[in-house]
Amino acid sequence: MAIQDLFGKSLKAVNVGLEAFAASLETQAVDVIRVDWRPPLENYKPLACAPGGEDIDAVNAAAVTRIRSGRPLLVGMGVARDVIPGLGERMLLHAGPPITWERMCGPQRGAVMGAAVYEGWAKSYEEAAAMAAAGEFTFAPCHHHHTVGPMAGIVSPSMPVFIVRNETHGNLAYSTQNEGLGRVLRYGAYSDEVLARLKWMETTLYPALTAALKATGPIDLRSLIAQALHMGDEGHNRNRAATSLLIRQLAPALLQPRITKAAAEEVLRFIDGNDHFFLNLSMAAMKAMLEPAEGLAGCTLVTTMARNGTDFGIRVAGLPGRWFTAPAPIVQGLWLPGFSEKDANPDIGDSAITETGGIGGFAMAAAPAIVRFVGGTAALALEVTQEMYQITAGEHEFFTVPALDFRGTPLGIDVRKVMQTGILPFINTGIAHKEPGVGMVGAGLVRAPRECFEEAFRQMANGE
Amino acid sequence: MITQTAIHTGAYYDSIALLQTAQGLLKLEGVEDAAVVMGTPANKGILRNAALLTPEAAAASGDDLIIAVRADSAETAAAALRQANVLLAASRAPGAVAAQSSAPKTLAAATAQLDGANIALVSVAGRYAAGVAREALQQGLHVFLFSDNVSLEDEIALKTLGREKGLLVMGPDAGTAILNGVALGFANAVTPGPVGVVAASGTGLQAVTCQLTRLGVGITQGIGTGGRDLSVEVGGLMMLEGLKALQADPATQTILLVSKPPAPEVADKVLACLRDSPKPVVVCFLGGKSKAIREAGAIPATTLEEAAHLAAAVVRGQDFEAAREVLKERNQQLKMQAKAFRTRLKKRQRFFRGLFSGGTFCYETQLILNKMLNTPVVSNAPVEKTCQMLNANRSEGHTAVDLGEDEFTVGRLHPMLDPTLRNKRILQEIKDPQTAVLFLDIVLGYGVHPDPAGAAVEAIEESRTWLQGRDREVIFIASVCGTEGDPQKVRRQELQLTNAGVIVAPTNAAASRLAGYILG
Repeated sequence: MAIQDLFGKSLKAVNVGLEAFAASLETQAVDVIRVDWRPPLENYKPLACAPGGEDIDAVNAAAVTRIRSGRPLLVGMGVARDVIPGLGERMLLHAGPPITWERMCGPQRGAVMGAAVYEGWAKSYEEAAAMAAAGEFTFAPCHHHHTVGPMAGIVSPSMPVFIVRNETHGNLAYSTQNEGLGRVLRYGAYSDEVLARLKWMETTLYPALTAALKATGPIDLRSLIAQALHMGDEGHNRNRAATSLLIRQLAPALLQPRITKAAAEEVLRFIDGNDHFFLNLSMAAMKAMLEPAEGLAGCTLVTTMARNGTDFGIRVAGLPGRWFTAPAPIVQGLWLPGFSEKDANPDIGDSAITETGGIGGFAMAAAPAIVRFVGGTAALALEVTQEMYQITAGEHEFFTVPALDFRGTPLGIDVRKVMQTGILPFINTGIAHKEPGVGMVGAGLVRAPRECFEEAFRQMANGE
Repeated sequence: MITQTAIHTGAYYDSIALLQTAQGLLKLEGVEDAAVVMGTPANKGILRNAALLTPEAAAASGDDLIIAVRADSAETAAAALRQANVLLAASRAPGAVAAQSSAPKTLAAATAQLDGANIALVSVAGRYAAGVAREALQQGLHVFLFSDNVSLEDEIALKTLGREKGLLVMGPDAGTAILNGVALGFANAVTPGPVGVVAASGTGLQAVTCQLTRLGVGITQGIGTGGRDLSVEVGGLMMLEGLKALQADPATQTILLVSKPPAPEVADKVLACLRDSPKPVVVCFLGGKSKAIREAGAIPATTLEEAAHLAAAVVRGQDFEAAREVLKERNQQLKMQAKAFRTRLKKRQRFFRGLFSGGTFCYETQLILNKMLNTPVVSNAPVEKTCQMLNANRSEGHTAVDLGEDEFTVGRLHPMLDPTLRNKRILQEIKDPQTAVLFLDIVLGYGVHPDPAGAAVEAIEESRTWLQGRDREVIFIASVCGTEGDPQKVRRQELQLTNAGVIVAPTNAAASRLAGYILG
């Protein structure tokens, strides 16, 4: 190419900066597109090669292929202590990056107390708190055990869990059964009513679903999520369609001799009464899809975004084993009756695995109903998804958005692009009460904090 | 406090519409708490905890919609229940849904959206500008880089990358360019023609392209390089690339280069490219020596005006020495005119006061006046360092102020866009009893003020009123840099000035000479 090749051609201009220049080109009938530019994050610099010499774009493209080729199947269920690798006795898994009892937020403490009584380790909630403070329980992030937990994300050894296998890459992921909304353990509520529900889930729901899954065979979660995206779900804050689709698959299998009619009815009513029943499956599916990208040398894609209600943490494929954390942000949202922002705990839960995997907030365009959580419009829903394309390395093949002419959802958050554009990942989420024992107070939208990306980028660029 | 509920049997709304409705009710004066929920057992529990569960609500079924309000009076509660119906109805009204694509946040996204994009205009803050420009080059776009405060290292790196990729890097600090007839930045509507221009100065480029248009000779391209291009460090990277492109361009018959004098080794490089030039080249190194240019086989010009006249003569196949003669004769006429004007001045009125929006005009005027006046002109952007103004806000002796310099533009718009500062300064200058000539450049074109002459005339008329009260006159001289095709229209702008009693010269050089003759 030579400069003079431009001579005589129609100018087609990209304007970055002063609006007057773009306007003046338009008065001269020149095609011009305006970049809605904003400064990059602190200490950004272009990064094409990883310190190890890898071509980052190529590595990221390979990572996107690995992730989107994954096929998560719900293959069965088990009890956490039997199936989750490394889950010992007196051990509790929790949402988000590693944390101690001392720094744990109210709802996560509440869930710990509830779980300790549920397990029979403590006789009262007070005793449970004292034992936790005395260091009698071991805490570990769900993410360190191929597990994801919504909100407080507490998984205790006796809890039944779903087992999801990524058929393409062979890896497994786990999640508990969703309890419903309101006063539930994952929102930090602990009470006899909460524990009774957990017990029912262990003794009725779990055996029934196990038997049903034996009858159905593996359920293709990727296909289910793909359908749900065409039915108004985004897989994080709206799971109504996916839950309904799941019931369609399970219902005939629940009608079998090994399950009493009463149990089948209870199970169907329970799932029907909980629009978020599918959330835990959506999360486990995303976890199963993302894990195969972990550890790819030179890869700058985010494989985890998770919050424990105190810290927000991310992990990056090319920097395995490290968490990059910042204080968990406050969620902007709509409040349940009787609650307001002053009741809210900062952002909490592993459910941002959905955004990390390219659904949830990233698939907002598929679920315009969700934007109304912040008083937005259907147009905003489209805009959010389109904005996320600007920080991702690729697009999904099977998860598509009808309103965007069935374009694949944005997949693979590239730390470099977040740094360059200052666009932070967008997350749909529920809001827990900041005190233990209360439960859900609202739902809303939040952006991942920039400090996580700045520190990850710094370490990536310096080869630390 | 009073709690009231309304039950709508079988009414289905999505939960978010319900939450928003409740939120709307809470904003009403006198409403303490409100809930709008379906009558499921779980929701009734929530109502009970919020002390909103009336017996009617407790009796509702899961398919019933419950609206519950606690308020300071029965009327308030009833009004809130009515408002709930309005809000619920509104939640189903169609919104402004449009599948418009969102504004791109990155150059890459923009380039993907605009098929065939070939140039980027970059005017973000200096410390980010190099990064944006680099991305543009990597996307295969030519770059017009208006931003200043870009480091020398970045400029060299960008221009080197541009050269490798065969892309223009115009700037940093490029104010003007004209490509394929399109004005970029501050530039004018010029006619197409056979002259290709490369200029290291924005106003220099505007001046020669406007003058060529007014002489009936148009241009092919006007390439701006940014003011530092001909420094030792940058080495004239873009002027050389621009020159080569114009030499290779079949539409360009004559080439015109405009710059302040380059560093000597850079001048050598540029002139070396002219020795075997297949096309005639006019070189205007303002204030530079003509000899080396002539030896390189090019045609030297000392002012922007002369540069345009010489290029026009070459295009027409005329003897360019004759063109120089025409200008000399014109200057003689200015000298005659000057005599008459001089009589209007009082004895104490001795000094030149120039208020410039174009940096190159300020520079050119100093060069011309320093040869004509006994004492040199001081400036905040002086030709010689010894003529630096002590304080740019206070004129002393003959003074030329470049109002586009950093000291005046930090946190303010450039004077070509916002005439406020210059207008204030006009009034300040005419109140000095020693001011004889008040001198202005009026720059037209795309991207600048919609009526710069009109704006200046306001201050000029205010000045006259002030001066009349003191039985004194100041001679206003101006030149307008623009064309008839510009949005402001050059003749209309000149007429406004003439009507206000301003002496309007055809070019900045002519205006400067007239001032020199009056004061010399």
